[in-house]
Amino acid sequence: MRPELAKTAIILIFSWLQNGAAGNSVEQKIYVELNHTVPCVRLLNATHQIGCQSSISGDTGVIHVLEAESDVDWVLSSGPNPPYMVLMEANFFNRAIMMRMKGSPRVAGVAVVIPKSGPPQGFSPHNSCPNEGTGVYSDSYGPELAGCNSTVWNPLGNSLSYENFNFPVFSLNDDNETEVIRKCFREHNVVRNGSSPQFPLCAMQLYSHMHAATDTVTCMRRNNIQNSFSVTPEVVCDAINDYNVWGSVHPLNNSAKGHKEGESVVIAAARIDGRSFFWDVAPSAEGAVAGFVTLLAAAHALRRVTVEAPPTRNILFTFFQGETFDYIGSSRMVYDMENGKFVINLDNIHSLLEIGQVGLRSGSRLWLHSDPVSRRRNSSVDAEVEKLVSNLQSVAKNLSLSLAEPNVSQPLPPSSFQRFLRARPIPGVVLADHQSAFNNRYYESVYDTAEHLQVTYPPGLSPEEQLEYVTDVAKDLAEVATLVARSLYLQANGSEANLPSITADPMTVTQMLYGFLVQSNNSWFQALTSPDGFTLEPHPLQYYVGVSGPPRPIKVTTRLVQYVLANLTGTATNLTQSQCQNPENLEGENKELWSYLWVRGSVSSNSSQGEAYCVRASVRLSKAVSPAFELQDYGSRDYSTWTESRWKLIRARIFLVASRELEMLTLGVGVAVLLVSLLVTYFISSKADLLFTSSREPTSTTY
Amino acid sequence: MTTSVFFGCTFIAFGPAIALFIFTIARDPLRVIFLIAGAFFWLVSVLLSSLVWFIAVQISDKNSASQQKGLLVFGVVLSVLLQEAFRFGYYKLLKKANEGLLALSQEDTMPISMRQLAYVSGLGFGFMSGAFSVVNILADSLGPGTVGIHGDSQHYFISSAFMTMAIILLHMCWGVVFFEACEKQRWLSLAAVVVSHLLVSCLTFLNPQYEGSLIPAYMIMFLMGAWAFSCAGGSLRNLKLCLTCKDKDFLLANHRPR
Repeated sequence: MRPELAKTAIILIFSWLQNGAAGNSVEQKIYVELNHTVPCVRLLNATHQIGCQSSISGDTGVIHVLEAESDVDWVLSSGPNPPYMVLMEANFFNRAIMMRMKGSPRVAGVAVVIPKSGPPQGFSPHNSCPNEGTGVYSDSYGPELAGCNSTVWNPLGNSLSYENFNFPVFSLNDDNETEVIRKCFREHNVVRNGSSPQFPLCAMQLYSHMHAATDTVTCMRRNNIQNSFSVTPEVVCDAINDYNVWGSVHPLNNSAKGHKEGESVVIAAARIDGRSFFWDVAPSAEGAVAGFVTLLAAAHALRRVTVEAPPTRNILFTFFQGETFDYIGSSRMVYDMENGKFVINLDNIHSLLEIGQVGLRSGSRLWLHSDPVSRRRNSSVDAEVEKLVSNLQSVAKNLSLSLAEPNVSQPLPPSSFQRFLRARPIPGVVLADHQSAFNNRYYESVYDTAEHLQVTYPPGLSPEEQLEYVTDVAKDLAEVATLVARSLYLQANGSEANLPSITADPMTVTQMLYGFLVQSNNSWFQALTSPDGFTLEPHPLQYYVGVSGPPRPIKVTTRLVQYVLANLTGTATNLTQSQCQNPENLEGENKELWSYLWVRGSVSSNSSQGEAYCVRASVRLSKAVSPAFELQDYGSRDYSTWTESRWKLIRARIFLVASRELEMLTLGVGVAVLLVSLLVTYFISSKADLLFTSSREPTSTTY
Repeated sequence: MTTSVFFGCTFIAFGPAIALFIFTIARDPLRVIFLIAGAFFWLVSVLLSSLVWFIAVQISDKNSASQQKGLLVFGVVLSVLLQEAFRFGYYKLLKKANEGLLALSQEDTMPISMRQLAYVSGLGFGFMSGAFSVVNILADSLGPGTVGIHGDSQHYFISSAFMTMAIILLHMCWGVVFFEACEKQRWLSLAAVVVSHLLVSCLTFLNPQYEGSLIPAYMIMFLMGAWAFSCAGGSLRNLKLCLTCKDKDFLLANHRPR
């Protein structure tokens, strides 16, 4: 075949395949697919299932838009065509209405229209007392503080995320699609002057069938049965897990686990995850990003001084993953420390400083939360906490920040530090912007976005200009980062004379906020990350921890934190790419002490590709799988047991449904046609001789 | 819609064809073979026309609506002509096959007459074309939705089913008339078959005005039915006799040993 001919043939075949993939036109006449939806999925723990699911073939209902309270009654009692698929504005998406829906068999499902910004009175679908079961306070440890008895941290929390719904709940994220649904509703379903709407009616079908049921114990047992007896195991649920990121000021030998003689470590911690009612939607701007960006900036601020005037104690920066789900990351790290599987153990810990929610402070005031129980019981811990607090306060004096301690009987807010206290009394402080209840009105909700944190830019800036624009929040957080960095340096026995040289860079902070909150696909992140394995996207990152492990890759936010931390604390080397992958035999390089990351490098003005180079940093990942799964204790009360169900199909579409009468009429006509034709044909064939006699061909029709 | 619509439409579209198959074809293996061969010939004709159509679409300007519309008309006309050409080819083949059968046969009469062959092959054409025109619609009728979200008529399924029924029966009649015309070498009748086929196919361009396409299609169907009836040796007198049961030989005829 001549090349042109072959080329033409290939083009023909491809265009034909494309036409085929477009779906058949009858289906397009019937259905409108909704492509920008996010479902609520089922999660399970030791005792419960939460979330939503549809039946296996999807749930269908006539659409009804909630516009007033009376519409709720229409859906729940008076409407003539149940079940209904409820389309609601976000202001109806509250506990009272959702629980009424939950109790009604007339509801087939719910679709929520999520606006760009949250309601002014606040909205949190999370618990009012986050992680109460797995924190430190219990009947044996400060019983008067257990279960948020004294302080309700998230008073706006309505626990909607922790309800189990037997119908699908989807969020609609695209205005055009919402308008299509509304139009369909207005044209077909609206009640006109009292009479019920006429068929055909506009309906919606939602698919989100979940494979797992009941609780983690059950689903893990099913997994085991599948794995041991089935040739093609169908896993029904996966443990929620990912990786923690940690880095240290002085490198720690990663191959020698357990106790490090003579090593005294100050831990600086933050969390890097969040959640919302819907799956994989968790902007967590105030909930997580403000805290870990502050810690990253503090680590950056400490880079130079720790080389020039190294403090005697080490500083370990840890970024915990999965903290929203009963402290997965921190409980795993503590478990590893207890069992000699981490680079240090609990004896090496000098003290701990955790950065909580710090982005929404009122005025210049920040709060230092500490644990009253360990301070009361153990005077040496109390003394160390006093010292840590006074270190922080002395640093704050030189900054425009004022630090205060809440009253002595107040417990720690939900924090990773609680998991360390469960193991042993360790002196530590949680730095936060709230005295008692969270300042965050949108805790663990879809509205905890960049706008909520006031990461906003003047209009008309290009993405590159936004990346470089220092926002007020960035300045504020840089100040907090300076406070954290200097306090850590003091805490690590660094000389007070060096403190003025430690300052966090607002530019770095604003770049991080832009990358972690607005869009990860920016030149700064591109320069810091490795050329392969990263999918940077032009929309905000989501911090729902999810399920990783083969074949699924490590969560992109974890790797971004890892690479940013490595770049901000490590040093650029002149190793080649192959040396970077395998630096064992090179002089001065040690794979046990450092990790080596190949990064793209920044793009200079005269070339389209950056100068890629190798970064050497003592930054590593450690597993954030709950110890419950390590111990195969799926009913554990001490450790997180959260699993995420698997599913096959997530899909939403709208269409018209015909009345039952028309359907039955069609069937009736069909049966009638069949019967009549059977009768007539029998009659004709039995009398064929008579009918088809002709003189011309008498033997033609002998039956 | 739902399973009730699926079965309703299936019965409407294929009810008469199934009844004919059960009572007149199924008991004779030779007829079943010729039915399937007829269906195969129709399939080959559609394969050829789709090939031409495919190439034509690739060459054409996809953004020009008028050109696409013209292409559709061209495709329909071409397909109808090809179908009729294959019907002729099938006739020629059957003619040859029949001679062969006669030679093999122990008796001196043919095991199957040319008229029966005409009817059987016409029904074969009808079965396959009916299946092709309605199967994808039937598949979609199983889902929960009905046509109409873009403003189309919700009677789409039922009218498609009725149109398919008409097409199947028409193919049967065309088969009978066509073969008769070939036998008698009445080329005008043959042209009439082709023209009416063209006419019915082009009537579907009137959709979604379903009454505009269905009513004329059924009128043509009844006309063709009457014609085919007379071609097959029927007459008004026979019909009357039959309906009034005045035939004295009726019982006798029915019990005639085979």
